[in-house]
Order: sequence, then structure tokens, then C-alpha cells
Amino acid sequence: MTASYGPTNIIKDLNFNLAEGEFLAIIGENGVGKTTLVRSLLGMLTPKAGTIKFTDHSIAKNIGYVPQSRNLDEEYPITVKDFVSLNLRDSKLPWVTANEKAKVWSIIEQTNLTKIADRPLGQASGGEKQRAYLAQALLNSPKLLILDESTASLDVEMKQELLKLVAKVQQENKMSAIFITHDLPLARNYADNYLLMTKQQEYTMGPIASLNVSESEKV
Amino acid sequence: MLSFDFMRHALVAGTFIAVICGMMGVFVIARGMSFLTHTLAEIGFAGAAFGLFMGWPALNGMLLFTVLSSAMVGELGVRSARRENVISAVSALFLGLGILFISLSDNSAASATSILFGSVIGISLGEVWQVVILSIIVILVTLLMYRQLKFDSFDSVGARVNGINGTVISIAFLIMLALSVSVAAQIVGSLLIFILLTLPAASARYFVHSVSSMIALSIGFAVAGTWLGITLGYFTNWPTSFFIATIEVIFYLSGLIWNKKR
Repeated sequence: MTASYGPTNIIKDLNFNLAEGEFLAIIGENGVGKTTLVRSLLGMLTPKAGTIKFTDHSIAKNIGYVPQSRNLDEEYPITVKDFVSLNLRDSKLPWVTANEKAKVWSIIEQTNLTKIADRPLGQASGGEKQRAYLAQALLNSPKLLILDESTASLDVEMKQELLKLVAKVQQENKMSAIFITHDLPLARNYADNYLLMTKQQEYTMGPIASLNVSESEKV
Repeated sequence: MLSFDFMRHALVAGTFIAVICGMMGVFVIARGMSFLTHTLAEIGFAGAAFGLFMGWPALNGMLLFTVLSSAMVGELGVRSARRENVISAVSALFLGLGILFISLSDNSAASATSILFGSVIGISLGEVWQVVILSIIVILVTLLMYRQLKFDSFDSVGARVNGINGTVISIAFLIMLALSVSVAAQIVGSLLIFILLTLPAASARYFVHSVSSMIALSIGFAVAGTWLGITLGYFTNWPTSFFIATIEVIFYLSGLIWNKKR
């Protein structure tokens, strides 16, 4: 596919496959088109040329996306549970049904948020906030999860914890995952494959173990 | 006190106004639109003055101005109106227009006072019906778009990536806000619109932490303030708006103290 804003192509002739249950790390410095790729996958941007094909159309309609940041300050009032529930879409009723409550609680358990479920999200730590964002993205059992530099603001320990959780949920739910990052050691620990994007619009893919040092230096 | 028609009218209209303001206020605060609300109130003042000038009821002029301006401004307005300079300019223009229309119409001083400070005690049965019907429209539309409005107001980033059309929600919300501002101005006046549209919601978020309970408590604060205000106004002959303002500020201060003590 090729994607652009105006006349300049941000991504040119990129071609890659993502298998069911695969954990792909997309790496590359700022400005190589990682966000553009994500926006195209989410359907917020139509590719200029080429197509994005999903094996099942329903996958495209239900992609879990965890953005880098959300600017929620410490005054942010609603609880972790309420924040996760915002993404409920099984019904249009103004109230939350019993089934929906059970669904929210099961995701909260899966993402280790039970202890802070009734605390305001604004008072949660950076790692807890990211877990809440993850829980919200996972609420509708997506077949594809995209983490957009979601670990950038976390310290080393929290990064590991979040990725470990993502890997666990990914395996439990047989979900594919795309992890956009600058953090090569983290990617090596958890991803199956990598896609390296460069400013020269060259794209290389392969098993994460084969990512060599000279290529990594480009990041 | 309830044997008087004007008091029954005031209480019925006041209750409906308090309910919609308490409900809308939660979204106003979450969307960071307190100042835009104030600007809408000033646009409403100009509209009411225009209504008087044309010989219409003040509420009709207000509705015309606020709904038209919010529909036209839409998403663009939500973004740009947050900038203080734009707010100052728009407020200045509409206050100026309001003053012009008032001076061009007859009996200027009395009508200016009632538009700016509210006059719930003087509300007629026809006006009560108008308030009730408009309030029911606001409540129904808000309930219909409740989930999407909630998502967009409390997590606009998440709402966008999950396919919610923020522009449509913003415009629909602005129109509902315009209706609420025009209706609420009947009781507290356009100068004091903050009292019912932002204070109860701002107080509620200190006490409870889910959207539904915030709405319930915010409505509770708004209704309690309105009832007490109207009652105290009846017994003392002092302005209702003064009492409502004082009561809502007390709720807000208790929220602040409660929050600090925890």
C-alpha cells in the first residue's frame, strides 16, 4: 500500500502480512510513517494506492487500539471501571446491562485492575493508566490489538509488566498484536516478528531474533 | 405558598430547568466548555433583547440566537472558542448587540434586569409549558446519544479510534446546550448561567466518581438549590438568583473541603 497526506507519499509500496496470533513489532524513527500506517489500519485514512485486506470483515470494525497518551490529569474524575465501560457498544440503552457489567469485570480481572477498579483513573499510576487503556481496547474482544508507543512514558519495570500482560492476553484470546516502539530490547523480548521502516521508504521484515545491530541503529 | 399560581409555575419550571442543567453540566465540565457556556449565555442575552425589540417573548429570541449560533459554529467553534481572545471578542460583540436592542425597544430597564438576572416568579403558564417541552426534548436527545456523548466527553481519543463521529456529537451537544442555556436563563438570568449549568456538576465530581452518579448528584444539587432559592425568595422578597447562587457555591465549597479531607 501507499499512503499520503497531500502530494507527499508518507508510506510507499509497503507490503506485509500479519498472521492470526502473531505479535509484530513495528520499529522506525519518527516520521517514517508508523502513525500513518496505524491510521490506515484503523480506517481513519484511505490508502492512496493498494489495499488493506482482513480475512474477515468484522476484524476491521473491531480493532483494539491503545494510543501513546491521553492527557488525563489527576483531576480526571471517573473510576477505572467507568473508563473501561465507555467502550461498551452492545446496546444503546443509557444504563449498563447485567451482561455488560460482567463483561467489564472480566476484562478488569484479566488486566489486573480489580484492586483499583473503583478508584478515579486520574489518581492511578502511569502503569495502571496504561492497563486501563488496554482494558478499554480489549473490551469488545478484538482480533487485532495495536499498541502505539504505549510504553513510551513508563519506566523499565512497568514496560515489562505491561508487555507481559499483553503477551498473556494475546495468547489467551488468540489475538494478533502490532506493537509500535522505539524500544528494541522490549520488542526482542515479546514480539515474534519485526517490520523496520526507514526514512528512505525501505521496509524490512523478519523474525525478531534476526534483527541485526546495524539495522537497529537506524531506529 | 403553593396556593399561589406564580409559585407553582416557578417551582415546576425551576425543577425542569434544574434537571436539564444538572445533567448537561456534567458533560459541559467533562468537555471543558464552561467558558463557551458563558459565551452562549451572552449570545442568549442579545437574542432576548432582539426578541423584545421585535415584540416577541424573550425566550424565543434567545432560542433563535443560541441555536443558530451553535449550529453554525459547530466543531470549528468548539476548537476556536476555547481560545480566550475569541471568547472575549464574541462576548463583547453580543453584549454590545444586546445593549443596542434593549435601548431600541420600549421599557428598557425592567426587561434588561429580568433578562440579565432572571425572573422566575413572573413566569406564566404558557412559558411553563414551553420550558417543560424544551426540557423534555433536551432529556430525550441526551438519552438517545448518551453512550456516544459519554465516550466522546470523557475520552475523546478513545471515542475517535472506536469510530465515534466527534463532529456530529459536538454539534448535537452544542444545540442541546443552546436550548439549556436559553431555558435556564429564564430562572437565573443570562449573567448567572454558570450557577446552574456548571456549579452543580463541578461540585458533584468531588463526591462521586461514575458518570451516572455524577449526573444524579448534579441534578440533586441543582434541584435542591432551585427549590430552596425559590422558597427563600418567597419569604424574604430577595432575588431568587441570589439564593440559588449562594446555595450552589456552598455545595461547591463543601465539595472542595470534602475532597481535601479525604
